[in-house]
Amino acid sequence: MSRLQTQFDALRAENRAAFVTFVTANDPDFDTSLEILKGLPSAGADIIELGMPFTDPSADGPAIDKAAQRAIKAGASMVRTLDMVRAFRIDNTTTPIVLMGYFNPIFTYGIDRFCVDAAAAGVDGLIIVDLPPEEDAELLEPANKNGIDVIRLATPTSDDERLPVILNGASGFVYYVAVAGVTGGKSATADDIGNAVARIKRHTDLPVAVGFGIRTPEQAADIAARADGAVVGSAIVSLIEQGLEKGSDKSEIVDNVLNFTQLLANGVRSGR
Amino acid sequence: MALNSYSNGPDEKGHFGQYGGRYVSETLMPLVLQVEKEFEAAMKDDSFLAELDELNRQYIGRPSPLYYAERLTEELGGAKIYFKREELNHTGAHKINHAIGQVLLAKRMGKTRVIAETGAGQHGVATATVAARFGLECTVFMGAVDIERQKPNVFRMKLLGAEVKPVTSGSATLKDAMNDALRDWVTNVHDTFYIIGTVAGPHPYPMMVRDFQSIIGRETKQQILDMEGRLPDSLVACLGGGSNALGLFHPFLDDADVEMYAVEAAGYGVDTDQHAASIAGGSPGILHGNRTYLLQTQDGQIEEAHSISAGLDYPGIGPEHVWLHEQGRVTYVSATDQEAMDAFQLCCRTEGIIPALESAHGIAHIVRMAPDLPKDHICVLNLSGRGDKDIFTVAKELGEEI
Repeated sequence: MSRLQTQFDALRAENRAAFVTFVTANDPDFDTSLEILKGLPSAGADIIELGMPFTDPSADGPAIDKAAQRAIKAGASMVRTLDMVRAFRIDNTTTPIVLMGYFNPIFTYGIDRFCVDAAAAGVDGLIIVDLPPEEDAELLEPANKNGIDVIRLATPTSDDERLPVILNGASGFVYYVAVAGVTGGKSATADDIGNAVARIKRHTDLPVAVGFGIRTPEQAADIAARADGAVVGSAIVSLIEQGLEKGSDKSEIVDNVLNFTQLLANGVRSGR
Repeated sequence: MALNSYSNGPDEKGHFGQYGGRYVSETLMPLVLQVEKEFEAAMKDDSFLAELDELNRQYIGRPSPLYYAERLTEELGGAKIYFKREELNHTGAHKINHAIGQVLLAKRMGKTRVIAETGAGQHGVATATVAARFGLECTVFMGAVDIERQKPNVFRMKLLGAEVKPVTSGSATLKDAMNDALRDWVTNVHDTFYIIGTVAGPHPYPMMVRDFQSIIGRETKQQILDMEGRLPDSLVACLGGGSNALGLFHPFLDDADVEMYAVEAAGYGVDTDQHAASIAGGSPGILHGNRTYLLQTQDGQIEEAHSISAGLDYPGIGPEHVWLHEQGRVTYVSATDQEAMDAFQLCCRTEGIIPALESAHGIAHIVRMAPDLPKDHICVLNLSGRGDKDIFTVAKELGEEI
């Protein structure tokens, strides 16, 4: 059984939602980023989304865009991102890691080779934001063959006609993008999210995690009451930017990120 | 796609061979599919086509003349050179052709707001113009670097009632403007239509922009038959994303005897890291909604392009061009900043026409090619834009203060 399925099953048994955290690989540098990554599970992260830096993240808001530019400046590459996953797996074999980003770096790496190398490094899933179902066949097949889930995205614009297209071939979980917009922007109301999750669940048995616009422990709790998972990205990543601006040293940045992660995790755990 | 024609593409998923497609976020997919449906319906709707035709004639001033460039022909001493005078269109470039088509579609879809990205500002001005004409709210995204080097066009857009949003992310040029336009579109998907400025982006944009621009080639075909009684031997156009080139070429693709040359911007040279030639120096990749050739690192990170011409300063190219390149139907060449500057001045002095620096790249190739061709070789250049907007850049290059 995949790590993602094992994790969602375990959480269902505990009657709580998954807390999913997003950080960008190599932000602000390899060592600090790895330290954050390693600390996330004990700070309460149930699933980790690791951003694959890309120069042109056109579906992301300023926080994650800047994180990607910092990471690239610090020498990010797909090889380094997979190195980071491999290093994380040395002492963590249970927390699922989902790589998130854009298709071009994977395409350029070589799709088949990427799927083999990612699986070997310990990657469990992929979220590729600019690869809709119409175009993802060339990734879906080699990914699944190597035991990697391709997580599809549903959005407020996904009507009942569109949802079956999205869900056909989906595995791992469904990522519900709560607002039409970029990451780190507006927030949807808890009721709208609850209705959307219920609608998606009429079409699938897969867990539904919700992201975009969640930035406080209270919001995380609200989502956790209505979905199988709550994703927080920009709010966490912004702490790295703030730390760098204040001139904090690296260990202080790691502590800030992990302390905030713990607060969000407490929010998720109080949700039900 | 049937191989007995070069003009049947794209397939139903928007692919030209393996290029093109719809690489956009899921939020945009329903809208992109709807744009495709509405575009196809509109092109079969007589009232839509009649309105487009009326605007083409009365608002843009079409047909644009096909003009015999007599003194340039004499100067080069070879091929007989014609200019397709797209610079005489309202707003001074070919960009208005697809802007007017897209704004009619936006209106048909009930959208109240349009957005656009722009490099040189020509597409931004065209979009601001049609938005004003139809009373739609308009926001244009423009790189901060480009705002600095294209001040007259920035002011034009403001006069036309558009909001010009400076883009400071990344390299602060055209590709970053396109990222911000996509970010705006995904956020305002309910009321906003994205008027893309070239034959790129997710399907149906490459096809739609091409079809609106093909009026250039259709007119040229009729005009050259009227003037010379036969088809031209060669067509030449500059190429950034590729809208003016495809507009001229597309109606001729199945005329096997017509050679076609698309001229990329070589900047300081395609063997340097300072150019904008995606065919000559790029590799396959995915950006801004389509699979195409890109200037990128081995790790799939997009590189900054360079050209003296802001309108060609883009690290990608329309997917149909890549397909035509791989099929060998169109020959892709390039011209450096210096060659474009020389051709710019030659055109000013011999023809009394100040061309856009973009179009000057096309002229530069004619300067290389024409002298060796026989006098009965007929060559048509797409003079895609006028150069008033470039006089500050040119003055700076020439070391003159104005």
